[in-house]
Amino acid sequence: METLLNDFSPGLFVVSTILLLALIALMVKFAWKPILNSLEERESGIKDALAAADNARKEMQNLQADNAKLVKEARAEREEMMKEAREIREKMIAEAKEDATEVTTKLIETAQASIKQEKQAALAEIKKSVADLSISIAESVIKRELSSKEDQLELVEGILKDITLN
Amino acid sequence: MKVAQKTVKFLTTVVIALFTTIGFALDSDTKYDSSNDGGRVNTKTEVEEYILHHLKDSHDFSLWSYTNDDGERKHVGFPLPVILWTSEGLVTFMSSEFHHNDDGHVIVEKKGLKFAKIHSKIYELDKDATVAVFDKEHHATNAQKTFDLSITKSVFGLLLIGVLMLLWFSKLARQYKTKKIPTGFGRVLEPLVLYVRDEIARPNIGEKHYRRFTGYLLTVFFFIWILNLAGLTPLGFNVTGQIAVTACLAAFTLVIYTFSGNKEYWMHMIWMPGVPVLFRPILAVIELIGALIIKPFSLLVRLFANISAGHIVIMSLIAIMFTLKESLGVVGATGLSLVLSFFILLIEILVAFLQAYIFTMLSALFIGMAVAEHSEAH
Repeated sequence: METLLNDFSPGLFVVSTILLLALIALMVKFAWKPILNSLEERESGIKDALAAADNARKEMQNLQADNAKLVKEARAEREEMMKEAREIREKMIAEAKEDATEVTTKLIETAQASIKQEKQAALAEIKKSVADLSISIAESVIKRELSSKEDQLELVEGILKDITLN
Repeated sequence: MKVAQKTVKFLTTVVIALFTTIGFALDSDTKYDSSNDGGRVNTKTEVEEYILHHLKDSHDFSLWSYTNDDGERKHVGFPLPVILWTSEGLVTFMSSEFHHNDDGHVIVEKKGLKFAKIHSKIYELDKDATVAVFDKEHHATNAQKTFDLSITKSVFGLLLIGVLMLLWFSKLARQYKTKKIPTGFGRVLEPLVLYVRDEIARPNIGEKHYRRFTGYLLTVFFFIWILNLAGLTPLGFNVTGQIAVTACLAAFTLVIYTFSGNKEYWMHMIWMPGVPVLFRPILAVIELIGALIIKPFSLLVRLFANISAGHIVIMSLIAIMFTLKESLGVVGATGLSLVLSFFILLIEILVAFLQAYIFTMLSALFIGMAVAEHSEAH
Protein backbone atom coordinates (compact mmCIF):
# COMPACT_ATOMS: atom_id res chain seq x y z
CA MET A 1 0.00 0.00 0.00
CA GLU A 2 2.78 2.40 0.87
CA THR A 3 4.63 1.67 -2.34
CA LEU A 4 1.34 2.04 -4.21
CA LEU A 5 0.83 5.48 -2.74
CA ASN A 6 4.48 6.29 -3.34
CA ASP A 7 4.11 5.26 -6.97
CA PHE A 8 1.08 7.47 -7.37
CA SER A 9 2.22 10.62 -9.07
CA PRO A 10 -0.19 13.53 -8.54
CA GLY A 11 1.40 15.38 -11.44
CA LEU A 12 0.73 12.50 -13.82
CA PHE A 13 -2.80 12.28 -12.43
CA VAL A 14 -3.45 15.93 -13.22
CA VAL A 15 -1.84 15.79 -16.65
CA SER A 16 -3.64 12.61 -17.64
CA THR A 17 -6.95 13.99 -16.34
CA ILE A 18 -6.57 17.07 -18.51
CA LEU A 19 -5.45 15.10 -21.55
CA LEU A 20 -8.16 12.48 -21.15
CA LEU A 21 -10.87 15.08 -20.73
CA ALA A 22 -9.66 16.73 -23.90
CA LEU A 23 -9.46 13.38 -25.65
CA ILE A 24 -12.98 12.39 -24.58
CA ALA A 25 -14.37 15.75 -25.66
CA LEU A 26 -12.59 15.66 -29.03
CA MET A 27 -13.47 12.02 -29.65
CA VAL A 28 -17.12 12.63 -28.82
CA LYS A 29 -17.28 15.66 -31.05
CA PHE A 30 -15.26 14.52 -34.05
CA ALA A 31 -15.62 10.77 -33.94
CA TRP A 32 -18.29 9.14 -31.79
CA LYS A 33 -21.18 11.49 -32.47
CA PRO A 34 -20.91 11.39 -36.27
CA ILE A 35 -20.05 7.67 -36.26
CA LEU A 36 -22.93 6.68 -33.98
CA ASN A 37 -25.34 8.95 -35.81
CA SER A 38 -24.41 7.50 -39.18
CA LEU A 39 -24.57 3.97 -37.79
CA GLU A 40 -28.04 4.60 -36.42
CA GLU A 41 -29.08 6.22 -39.65
CA ARG A 42 -27.80 3.21 -41.56
CA GLU A 43 -29.51 0.79 -39.21
CA SER A 44 -32.84 2.57 -39.47
CA GLY A 45 -32.32 2.69 -43.23
CA ILE A 46 -31.78 -1.05 -43.30
CA LYS A 47 -34.81 -1.59 -41.10
CA ASP A 48 -36.95 0.59 -43.37
CA ALA A 49 -35.66 -1.16 -46.45
CA LEU A 50 -36.45 -4.55 -44.93
CA ALA A 51 -39.93 -3.41 -43.97
CA ALA A 52 -40.46 -2.03 -47.47
CA ALA A 53 -39.32 -5.29 -49.02
CA ASP A 54 -41.67 -7.16 -46.73
CA ASN A 55 -44.56 -4.91 -47.75
CA ALA A 56 -43.69 -5.32 -51.39
CA ARG A 57 -43.67 -9.08 -50.98
CA LYS A 58 -47.04 -8.99 -49.29
CA GLU A 59 -48.41 -6.79 -52.03
CA MET A 60 -47.03 -9.17 -54.59
CA GLN A 61 -48.74 -12.03 -52.83
CA ASN A 62 -51.98 -10.07 -52.78
CA LEU A 63 -51.61 -9.29 -56.43
CA GLN A 64 -50.94 -12.90 -57.23
CA ALA A 65 -53.98 -13.94 -55.23
CA ASP A 66 -56.04 -11.35 -57.12
CA ASN A 67 -54.69 -12.62 -60.38
CA ALA A 68 -55.58 -16.18 -59.51
CA LYS A 69 -59.02 -15.08 -58.52
CA LEU A 70 -59.45 -13.19 -61.77
CA VAL A 71 -58.31 -16.17 -63.78
CA LYS A 72 -60.70 -18.40 -61.91
CA GLU A 73 -63.58 -16.01 -62.49
CA ALA A 74 -62.74 -15.71 -66.15
CA ARG A 75 -62.64 -19.46 -66.47
CA ALA A 76 -66.00 -19.81 -64.75
CA GLU A 77 -67.46 -17.15 -67.00
CA ARG A 78 -66.11 -18.88 -70.06
CA GLU A 79 -67.59 -22.16 -68.96
CA GLU A 80 -70.89 -20.49 -68.33
CA MET A 81 -70.83 -18.95 -71.77
CA MET A 82 -69.93 -22.26 -73.37
CA LYS A 83 -72.71 -23.96 -71.53
CA GLU A 84 -75.18 -21.35 -72.66
CA ALA A 85 -73.98 -21.64 -76.23
CA ARG A 86 -74.31 -25.38 -76.11
CA GLU A 87 -77.81 -25.07 -74.76
CA ILE A 88 -78.74 -22.55 -77.43
CA ARG A 89 -77.32 -24.81 -80.10
CA GLU A 90 -79.22 -27.78 -78.84
CA LYS A 91 -82.37 -25.78 -78.62
CA MET A 92 -81.92 -24.47 -82.12
CA ILE A 93 -81.30 -27.94 -83.46
CA ALA A 94 -84.36 -29.24 -81.69
CA GLU A 95 -86.46 -26.40 -83.00
CA ALA A 96 -85.15 -26.93 -86.50
CA LYS A 97 -85.93 -30.58 -86.30
CA GLU A 98 -89.44 -29.85 -85.12
CA ASP A 99 -89.98 -27.34 -87.89
CA ALA A 100 -88.69 -29.76 -90.50
CA THR A 101 -91.00 -32.57 -89.41
CA GLU A 102 -93.89 -30.19 -89.41
CA VAL A 103 -93.05 -29.01 -92.89
CA THR A 104 -92.61 -32.56 -94.22
CA THR A 105 -95.82 -33.82 -92.68
CA LYS A 106 -97.60 -30.88 -94.23
CA LEU A 107 -95.95 -31.61 -97.55
CA ILE A 108 -96.84 -35.27 -97.30
CA GLU A 109 -100.37 -34.37 -96.38
CA THR A 110 -100.78 -32.02 -99.32
CA ALA A 111 -99.13 -34.59 -101.62
CA GLN A 112 -101.47 -37.27 -100.36
CA ALA A 113 -104.44 -34.96 -100.80
CA SER A 114 -103.47 -34.05 -104.37
CA ILE A 115 -102.80 -37.71 -105.17
CA LYS A 116 -106.24 -38.58 -103.87
CA GLN A 117 -107.77 -35.80 -105.95
CA GLU A 118 -105.91 -36.84 -109.06
CA LYS A 119 -106.91 -40.43 -108.51
CA GLN A 120 -110.55 -39.47 -108.16
CA ALA A 121 -110.33 -37.29 -111.27
CA ALA A 122 -108.74 -40.12 -113.19
CA LEU A 123 -111.38 -42.56 -112.02
CA ALA A 124 -114.10 -40.14 -112.93
CA GLU A 125 -112.57 -39.75 -116.41
CA ILE A 126 -112.31 -43.51 -116.80
CA LYS A 127 -115.92 -43.87 -115.74
CA LYS A 128 -116.94 -41.20 -118.19
CA SER A 129 -114.99 -42.72 -121.11
CA VAL A 130 -116.36 -46.18 -120.26
CA ALA A 131 -119.86 -44.80 -120.26
CA ASP A 132 -119.21 -42.92 -123.53
CA LEU A 133 -117.77 -46.06 -125.04
CA SER A 134 -120.71 -48.17 -123.96
CA ILE A 135 -123.08 -45.57 -125.26
CA SER A 136 -121.28 -45.39 -128.64
CA ILE A 137 -121.20 -49.19 -128.85
CA ALA A 138 -124.83 -49.32 -128.05
CA GLU A 139 -125.49 -46.58 -130.63
CA SER A 140 -123.65 -48.34 -133.44
CA VAL A 141 -125.25 -51.57 -132.49
CA ILE A 142 -128.59 -50.01 -132.63
CA LYS A 143 -127.70 -48.12 -135.90
CA ARG A 144 -126.62 -51.23 -137.90
CA GLU A 145 -129.49 -53.42 -136.81
CA LEU A 146 -127.55 -56.33 -136.80
CA SER A 147 -128.89 -59.51 -138.45
CA SER A 148 -126.74 -62.17 -137.25
CA LYS A 149 -125.16 -62.98 -134.12
CA GLU A 150 -121.92 -63.40 -135.85
CA ASP A 151 -122.04 -60.00 -137.38
CA GLN A 152 -122.89 -58.58 -134.02
CA LEU A 153 -119.90 -60.17 -132.37
CA GLU A 154 -117.74 -59.09 -135.29
CA LEU A 155 -118.87 -55.63 -134.90
CA VAL A 156 -118.35 -55.53 -131.20
CA GLU A 157 -114.86 -56.88 -131.72
CA GLY A 158 -114.17 -54.30 -134.43
CA ILE A 159 -115.34 -51.49 -132.26
CA LEU A 160 -113.36 -52.75 -129.34
CA LYS A 161 -110.32 -52.82 -131.62
CA ASP A 162 -110.90 -49.25 -132.67
CA ILE A 163 -111.10 -48.03 -129.12
CA THR A 164 -107.76 -47.63 -127.63
CA LEU A 165 -108.10 -47.89 -124.00
CA ASN A 166 -106.01 -45.35 -122.53
CA MET B 1 -6.88 2.09 -48.80
CA LYS B 2 -6.53 5.80 -48.20
CA VAL B 3 -6.81 5.36 -44.46
CA ALA B 4 -4.20 2.65 -44.50
CA GLN B 5 -1.90 4.86 -46.53
CA LYS B 6 -2.39 7.71 -44.16
CA THR B 7 -1.71 5.53 -41.14
CA VAL B 8 1.40 4.15 -42.73
CA LYS B 9 2.50 7.68 -43.51
CA PHE B 10 1.83 8.73 -39.95
CA LEU B 11 3.73 5.81 -38.47
CA THR B 12 6.65 6.42 -40.77
CA THR B 13 6.79 10.03 -39.63
CA VAL B 14 6.82 8.88 -36.04
CA VAL B 15 9.61 6.41 -36.72
CA ILE B 16 11.64 9.00 -38.61
CA ALA B 17 11.07 11.46 -35.80
CA LEU B 18 12.31 8.87 -33.31
CA PHE B 19 15.45 8.07 -35.24
CA THR B 20 16.41 11.66 -35.97
CA THR B 21 16.26 12.44 -32.27
CA ILE B 22 18.33 9.39 -31.43
CA GLY B 23 21.28 11.16 -32.99
CA PHE B 24 21.10 13.78 -30.26
CA ALA B 25 20.20 11.31 -27.62
CA LEU B 26 23.25 9.10 -27.65
CA ASP B 27 24.99 9.80 -24.43
CA SER B 28 26.76 7.88 -21.76
CA ASP B 29 26.84 7.84 -18.02
CA THR B 30 29.98 5.92 -17.12
CA LYS B 31 30.89 8.46 -14.50
CA TYR B 32 28.02 7.62 -12.22
CA ASP B 33 27.77 3.96 -12.97
CA SER B 34 28.30 2.04 -9.76
CA SER B 35 28.56 -1.44 -11.24
CA ASN B 36 31.89 -2.58 -12.64
CA ASP B 37 30.73 -4.35 -15.81
CA GLY B 38 29.67 -1.20 -17.63
CA GLY B 39 26.09 -1.15 -16.40
CA ARG B 40 25.07 -4.41 -18.03
CA VAL B 41 21.94 -5.90 -16.54
CA ASN B 42 23.12 -9.39 -15.68
CA THR B 43 22.51 -10.42 -12.13
CA LYS B 44 19.23 -11.23 -10.48
CA THR B 45 19.11 -8.05 -8.40
CA GLU B 46 19.97 -5.94 -11.43
CA VAL B 47 17.15 -7.61 -13.37
CA GLU B 48 14.75 -6.97 -10.51
CA GLU B 49 15.80 -3.34 -10.32
CA TYR B 50 15.51 -2.98 -14.08
CA ILE B 51 11.97 -4.40 -14.08
CA LEU B 52 10.86 -2.17 -11.22
CA HIS B 53 12.43 0.78 -12.97
CA HIS B 54 10.57 -0.06 -16.17
CA LEU B 55 7.24 -0.25 -14.37
CA LYS B 56 7.68 3.32 -13.20
CA ASP B 57 7.10 6.31 -15.34
CA SER B 58 10.28 7.75 -16.81
CA HIS B 59 11.29 11.22 -17.84
CA ASP B 60 12.98 10.19 -21.04
CA PHE B 61 12.02 7.89 -23.84
CA SER B 62 14.73 5.25 -23.95
CA LEU B 63 14.46 2.61 -26.64
CA TRP B 64 17.42 0.52 -25.60
CA SER B 65 20.82 0.83 -24.01
CA TYR B 66 24.06 -1.04 -24.47
CA THR B 67 27.61 -1.07 -23.22
CA ASN B 68 30.26 -0.45 -25.85
CA ASP B 69 33.75 -1.88 -25.98
CA ASP B 70 35.15 0.92 -23.84
CA GLY B 71 32.83 -0.06 -21.03
CA GLU B 72 30.61 2.98 -21.55
CA ARG B 73 26.87 2.61 -21.10
CA LYS B 74 25.09 4.12 -24.12
CA HIS B 75 21.43 5.00 -24.08
CA VAL B 76 19.41 5.18 -27.29
CA GLY B 77 16.25 7.22 -27.09
CA PHE B 78 15.24 10.83 -26.79
CA PRO B 79 14.75 13.19 -23.89
CA LEU B 80 11.35 14.54 -22.91
CA PRO B 81 10.58 17.94 -21.41
CA VAL B 82 10.47 18.22 -17.63
CA ILE B 83 7.86 20.63 -16.30
CA LEU B 84 7.86 21.23 -12.55
CA TRP B 85 5.76 23.33 -10.25
CA THR B 86 8.20 24.31 -7.51
CA SER B 87 8.44 26.76 -4.64
CA GLU B 88 9.73 29.29 -7.22
CA GLY B 89 6.97 28.65 -9.72
CA LEU B 90 7.18 26.85 -13.04
CA VAL B 91 10.54 25.33 -14.02
CA THR B 92 11.16 23.57 -17.33
CA PHE B 93 14.18 21.82 -18.82
CA MET B 94 14.94 18.74 -20.87
CA SER B 95 15.31 15.44 -19.10
CA SER B 96 18.66 14.90 -20.83
CA GLU B 97 20.19 17.20 -18.20
CA PHE B 98 19.95 14.35 -15.72
CA HIS B 99 22.15 12.18 -18.01
CA HIS B 100 20.02 9.11 -17.34
CA ASN B 101 20.96 9.20 -13.71
CA ASP B 102 18.25 7.93 -11.44
CA ASP B 103 19.81 7.78 -7.99
CA GLY B 104 20.00 11.48 -7.18
CA HIS B 105 23.67 12.07 -7.92
CA VAL B 106 23.18 14.47 -10.79
CA ILE B 107 21.97 17.84 -9.59
CA VAL B 108 20.33 20.16 -12.09
CA GLU B 109 20.23 23.83 -11.15
CA LYS B 110 17.44 26.01 -12.50
CA LYS B 111 16.14 29.33 -11.17
CA GLY B 112 18.44 28.93 -8.20
CA LEU B 113 16.81 25.62 -7.28
CA LYS B 114 18.55 22.26 -7.29
CA PHE B 115 16.79 19.17 -8.60
CA ALA B 116 17.69 15.53 -8.31
CA LYS B 117 15.99 12.52 -9.89
CA ILE B 118 15.61 9.62 -7.49
CA HIS B 119 13.78 6.47 -8.62
CA SER B 120 11.99 8.24 -11.46
CA LYS B 121 10.79 11.05 -9.22
CA ILE B 122 12.20 14.55 -9.28
CA TYR B 123 13.03 16.09 -5.92
CA GLU B 124 13.73 19.67 -5.06
CA LEU B 125 16.73 19.93 -2.73
CA ASP B 126 16.59 22.14 0.34
CA LYS B 127 18.07 25.61 -0.14
CA ASP B 128 21.38 25.00 1.60
CA ALA B 129 21.95 21.46 0.33
CA THR B 130 24.37 20.73 -2.48
CA VAL B 131 24.03 16.95 -2.68
CA ALA B 132 21.13 14.68 -1.88
CA VAL B 133 21.54 12.88 1.43
CA PHE B 134 19.88 9.50 1.80
CA ASP B 135 18.75 7.42 4.70
CA LYS B 136 19.07 3.65 4.89
CA GLU B 137 16.10 2.99 2.62
CA HIS B 138 17.43 5.39 0.01
CA HIS B 139 14.91 8.10 0.80
CA ALA B 140 16.25 11.58 0.42
CA THR B 141 16.25 13.39 3.73
CA ASN B 142 17.00 16.90 2.53
CA ALA B 143 14.63 17.13 -0.43
CA GLN B 144 10.89 17.27 -1.16
CA LYS B 145 8.92 15.93 -4.05
CA THR B 146 7.88 18.53 -6.59
CA PHE B 147 4.59 18.73 -8.38
CA ASP B 148 5.69 17.07 -11.58
CA LEU B 149 3.73 18.03 -14.69
CA SER B 150 6.39 16.74 -17.08
CA ILE B 151 5.72 15.21 -20.44
CA THR B 152 6.86 11.85 -19.13
CA LYS B 153 6.98 8.66 -21.17
CA SER B 154 3.42 7.88 -20.08
CA VAL B 155 2.17 11.32 -21.04
CA PHE B 156 3.96 10.97 -24.34
CA GLY B 157 2.31 7.61 -24.92
CA LEU B 158 -1.04 9.02 -23.92
CA LEU B 159 -0.63 11.88 -26.39
CA LEU B 160 0.54 9.57 -29.15
CA ILE B 161 -2.34 7.14 -28.72
CA GLY B 162 -4.80 10.02 -28.34
CA VAL B 163 -3.66 11.51 -31.64
CA LEU B 164 -3.81 8.08 -33.31
CA MET B 165 -7.33 7.49 -32.01
CA LEU B 166 -8.45 10.90 -33.19
CA LEU B 167 -6.96 10.31 -36.63
CA TRP B 168 -8.42 6.84 -37.03
CA PHE B 169 -11.91 7.50 -35.76
CA SER B 170 -12.42 10.94 -37.23
CA LYS B 171 -11.36 9.43 -40.56
CA LEU B 172 -13.98 6.73 -40.02
CA ALA B 173 -16.55 9.39 -39.16
CA ARG B 174 -15.74 11.28 -42.35
CA GLN B 175 -16.09 8.11 -44.41
CA TYR B 176 -19.77 7.87 -43.53
CA LYS B 177 -20.42 11.16 -45.27
CA THR B 178 -19.68 9.68 -48.66
CA LYS B 179 -20.46 5.98 -48.24
CA LYS B 180 -22.64 3.73 -46.17
CA ILE B 181 -20.04 1.08 -45.55
CA PRO B 182 -16.52 2.13 -44.59
CA THR B 183 -13.55 0.81 -46.49
CA GLY B 184 -9.97 0.06 -45.54
CA PHE B 185 -9.00 0.41 -41.91
CA GLY B 186 -12.42 1.83 -41.10
CA ARG B 187 -13.89 -1.56 -41.85
CA VAL B 188 -11.81 -2.96 -38.99
CA LEU B 189 -12.80 -0.21 -36.59
CA GLU B 190 -16.52 -0.21 -37.28
CA PRO B 191 -17.30 -3.65 -35.81
CA LEU B 192 -15.29 -2.73 -32.71
CA VAL B 193 -17.37 0.41 -32.25
CA LEU B 194 -20.52 -1.64 -32.78
CA TYR B 195 -19.24 -4.23 -30.31
CA VAL B 196 -18.76 -1.66 -27.55
CA ARG B 197 -22.12 -0.08 -28.28
CA ASP B 198 -24.15 -3.27 -28.59
CA GLU B 199 -22.36 -5.59 -26.17
CA ILE B 200 -21.17 -3.22 -23.47
CA ALA B 201 -23.12 0.03 -23.43
CA ARG B 202 -26.58 -1.04 -24.51
CA PRO B 203 -27.15 -4.16 -22.33
CA ASN B 204 -25.58 -2.69 -19.19
CA ILE B 205 -27.01 0.82 -19.23
CA GLY B 206 -30.30 0.15 -20.88
CA GLU B 207 -31.99 1.17 -24.10
CA LYS B 208 -33.18 4.50 -22.74
CA HIS B 209 -29.96 6.04 -21.45
CA TYR B 210 -27.08 4.33 -23.19
CA ARG B 211 -26.64 7.01 -25.86
CA ARG B 212 -25.41 9.61 -23.37
CA PHE B 213 -22.58 7.43 -22.10
CA THR B 214 -21.49 5.55 -25.21
CA GLY B 215 -18.99 8.25 -26.18
CA TYR B 216 -17.20 7.99 -22.85
CA LEU B 217 -17.24 4.19 -22.86
CA LEU B 218 -15.91 4.01 -26.42
CA THR B 219 -13.09 6.43 -25.64
CA VAL B 220 -12.12 4.53 -22.50
CA PHE B 221 -12.31 1.15 -24.19
CA PHE B 222 -10.10 2.05 -27.12
CA PHE B 223 -7.78 4.12 -24.96
CA ILE B 224 -7.12 1.25 -22.55
CA TRP B 225 -6.96 -1.40 -25.22
CA ILE B 226 -4.56 0.43 -27.54
CA LEU B 227 -2.34 1.48 -24.63
CA ASN B 228 -2.33 -2.07 -23.25
CA LEU B 229 -1.21 -3.31 -26.66
CA ALA B 230 1.34 -0.51 -26.95
CA GLY B 231 2.72 -1.70 -23.62
CA LEU B 232 3.46 -5.07 -25.21
CA THR B 233 5.55 -3.56 -28.00
CA PRO B 234 9.29 -3.04 -27.52
CA LEU B 235 8.57 0.68 -27.15
CA GLY B 236 7.85 -0.28 -23.56
CA PHE B 237 4.98 2.00 -22.69
CA ASN B 238 3.48 1.26 -19.32
CA VAL B 239 0.70 3.83 -19.30
CA THR B 240 -2.16 1.64 -18.13
CA GLY B 241 0.21 0.24 -15.50
CA GLN B 242 0.56 3.72 -13.99
CA ILE B 243 -1.68 3.95 -10.98
CA ALA B 244 -2.19 7.68 -11.61
CA VAL B 245 -3.64 6.98 -15.05
CA THR B 246 -5.91 4.16 -13.91
CA ALA B 247 -6.98 6.29 -10.95
CA CYS B 248 -7.84 9.07 -13.36
CA LEU B 249 -9.97 6.71 -15.46
CA ALA B 250 -11.69 5.29 -12.39
CA ALA B 251 -12.34 8.82 -11.13
CA PHE B 252 -14.07 9.66 -14.41
CA THR B 253 -16.36 6.67 -14.05
CA LEU B 254 -17.01 7.61 -10.42
CA VAL B 255 -17.89 11.19 -11.36
CA ILE B 256 -20.15 10.05 -14.18
CA TYR B 257 -22.20 7.57 -12.19
CA THR B 258 -22.33 9.79 -9.13
CA PHE B 259 -23.68 12.75 -11.03
CA SER B 260 -26.02 10.88 -13.33
CA GLY B 261 -27.54 8.80 -10.53
CA ASN B 262 -31.30 9.24 -10.32
CA LYS B 263 -33.46 9.71 -7.26
CA GLU B 264 -34.08 6.02 -6.77
CA TYR B 265 -30.36 5.28 -6.89
CA TRP B 266 -29.68 7.76 -4.11
CA MET B 267 -32.75 6.62 -2.15
CA HIS B 268 -31.51 3.06 -2.23
CA MET B 269 -28.08 4.20 -1.21
CA ILE B 270 -28.95 6.56 1.64
CA TRP B 271 -32.30 5.42 2.98
CA MET B 272 -32.85 1.86 1.80
CA PRO B 273 -36.56 1.15 1.56
CA GLY B 274 -37.97 -2.13 2.87
CA VAL B 275 -35.38 -2.45 5.63
CA PRO B 276 -35.98 -1.79 9.36
CA VAL B 277 -35.31 1.88 10.06
CA LEU B 278 -32.62 0.96 12.59
CA PHE B 279 -30.48 -0.68 9.93
CA ARG B 280 -30.87 2.03 7.35
CA PRO B 281 -28.00 4.28 8.53
CA ILE B 282 -25.67 1.29 8.73
CA LEU B 283 -26.64 0.22 5.25
CA ALA B 284 -26.19 3.79 4.03
CA VAL B 285 -22.61 3.84 5.31
CA ILE B 286 -21.87 0.51 3.63
CA GLU B 287 -23.52 1.58 0.37
CA LEU B 288 -21.73 4.92 0.32
CA ILE B 289 -18.35 3.32 0.96
CA GLY B 290 -19.14 0.78 -1.74
CA ALA B 291 -20.17 3.32 -4.33
CA LEU B 292 -17.65 6.05 -3.64
CA ILE B 293 -14.55 4.10 -2.64
CA ILE B 294 -14.72 0.37 -3.33
CA LYS B 295 -16.10 0.52 -6.86
CA PRO B 296 -13.56 3.02 -8.25
CA PHE B 297 -10.77 1.43 -6.22
CA SER B 298 -11.53 -1.99 -7.66
CA LEU B 299 -11.53 -0.48 -11.14
CA LEU B 300 -8.22 1.27 -10.76
CA VAL B 301 -6.40 -1.52 -8.95
CA ARG B 302 -7.63 -4.26 -11.30
CA LEU B 303 -6.33 -2.53 -14.39
CA PHE B 304 -3.11 -1.37 -12.76
CA ALA B 305 -2.33 -4.74 -11.20
CA ASN B 306 -3.11 -6.79 -14.28
CA ILE B 307 -1.00 -4.69 -16.59
CA SER B 308 1.88 -4.37 -14.12
CA ALA B 309 1.80 -8.10 -13.48
CA GLY B 310 1.87 -8.78 -17.21
CA HIS B 311 4.90 -6.56 -17.66
CA ILE B 312 6.68 -8.13 -14.70
CA VAL B 313 6.02 -11.66 -15.95
CA ILE B 314 7.12 -10.96 -19.51
CA MET B 315 10.27 -9.16 -18.42
CA SER B 316 11.10 -11.87 -15.89
CA LEU B 317 10.70 -14.56 -18.52
CA ILE B 318 12.92 -12.61 -20.90
CA ALA B 319 15.43 -12.30 -18.07
CA ILE B 320 15.63 -16.10 -17.83
CA MET B 321 18.11 -15.67 -20.66
CA PHE B 322 20.58 -14.16 -18.20
CA THR B 323 19.60 -15.63 -14.88
CA LEU B 324 19.56 -19.27 -15.96
CA LYS B 325 22.51 -18.98 -18.34
CA GLU B 326 24.80 -20.82 -15.96
CA SER B 327 22.52 -23.76 -15.20
CA LEU B 328 21.00 -24.27 -18.67
CA GLY B 329 23.68 -22.95 -20.97
CA VAL B 330 23.28 -20.09 -23.42
CA VAL B 331 21.12 -22.00 -25.93
CA GLY B 332 18.93 -23.67 -23.29
CA ALA B 333 18.29 -20.48 -21.35
CA THR B 334 17.59 -18.46 -24.51
CA GLY B 335 15.30 -21.14 -25.91
CA LEU B 336 13.37 -21.55 -22.68
CA SER B 337 13.04 -17.79 -22.34
CA LEU B 338 11.84 -17.39 -25.93
CA VAL B 339 9.27 -20.16 -25.70
CA LEU B 340 7.87 -19.05 -22.35
CA SER B 341 7.79 -15.35 -23.17
CA PHE B 342 6.16 -16.08 -26.52
CA PHE B 343 3.26 -17.88 -24.88
CA ILE B 344 2.93 -15.34 -22.10
CA LEU B 345 2.91 -12.61 -24.73
CA LEU B 346 -0.01 -14.33 -26.44
CA ILE B 347 -1.86 -14.44 -23.13
CA GLU B 348 -0.98 -10.80 -22.52
CA ILE B 349 -2.48 -9.83 -25.87
CA LEU B 350 -5.68 -11.47 -24.69
CA VAL B 351 -5.37 -9.76 -21.29
CA ALA B 352 -4.90 -6.40 -23.04
CA PHE B 353 -8.33 -6.79 -24.61
CA LEU B 354 -9.86 -8.42 -21.55
CA GLN B 355 -8.85 -5.62 -19.19
CA ALA B 356 -10.12 -2.96 -21.57
CA TYR B 357 -13.36 -4.91 -21.83
CA ILE B 358 -13.70 -5.42 -18.08
CA PHE B 359 -12.99 -1.79 -17.26
CA THR B 360 -15.50 -0.57 -19.83
CA MET B 361 -18.04 -3.22 -18.92
CA LEU B 362 -17.87 -2.44 -15.20
CA SER B 363 -18.04 1.28 -15.89
CA ALA B 364 -21.14 0.67 -17.98
CA LEU B 365 -22.57 -1.56 -15.25
CA PHE B 366 -22.01 1.07 -12.54
CA ILE B 367 -23.52 3.77 -14.72
CA GLY B 368 -26.40 1.45 -15.54
CA MET B 369 -27.07 0.85 -11.85
CA ALA B 370 -27.17 4.60 -11.26
CA VAL B 371 -29.58 5.43 -14.07
CA ALA B 372 -31.74 2.30 -13.91
CA GLU B 373 -35.42 2.84 -13.38
CA HIS B 374 -36.54 0.25 -10.86
CA SER B 375 -39.99 -0.92 -11.60
CA GLU B 376 -39.61 -4.21 -9.80
CA ALA B 377 -39.93 -4.37 -6.02
CA HIS B 378 -36.95 -5.28 -3.91
